[in-house]
Amino acid sequence: MPGKVAAGKTASAPEYPLTNEAIIAPLLGWVIPGAGHIYLKRYVRGLLLLISIFAMFFIGLGMNGRIYKPNGGDILDILGFVGDVGAGGLYFLARMMDWGNALAANAAADYGKTFIIVAGLLNFIAAADAHHIALGKKP
Amino acid sequence: MTIALTHFSAAVVFAFFTSIVFGITQKNSTREQVIYGLRCFAMFVGGVFVAGWLMWLIRR
Repeated sequence: MPGKVAAGKTASAPEYPLTNEAIIAPLLGWVIPGAGHIYLKRYVRGLLLLISIFAMFFIGLGMNGRIYKPNGGDILDILGFVGDVGAGGLYFLARMMDWGNALAANAAADYGKTFIIVAGLLNFIAAADAHHIALGKKP
Repeated sequence: MTIALTHFSAAVVFAFFTSIVFGITQKNSTREQVIYGLRCFAMFVGGVFVAGWLMWLIRR
């Protein structure tokens, strides 16, 4: 009968049950890039992610890239903010230190802005990867 | 501190770090990750050359 467990059978458990690790690892990975993998004892992967995302973010700042704020108003500014905030702790550190406020209108600053946004987006992917590892979907 | 990168060097640096993250997150085994990362890097840098030549042709 649809929607009911057949007699003599138990309801099947989810294939990948949600554990505490599967919640903590992506959150930790979002706040500190690569930390989710390190928490799951994937030290080399975590370190490589940390170096790559930190490098992208700080090279972007070094190129006078802009840090977006949540109240941009313009739809593109909001999308830029969503990308930037993916860098988690790095984004909040930059806001606290007032980095990324340079008013530079040149090609390098445009590349820098892109580096910072992509660092955040890559960190979202890394956090999702940590979630999959913690669930057991990925070794 | 200001970092001055040319368009090409910025593209190579971008390709390098992005390929590392793609390799780690998109594949399972270490061997697959290295191969995928190298492939991504080659595609990024190859794409820069293709786009460069296309722009050169358009400009003529």
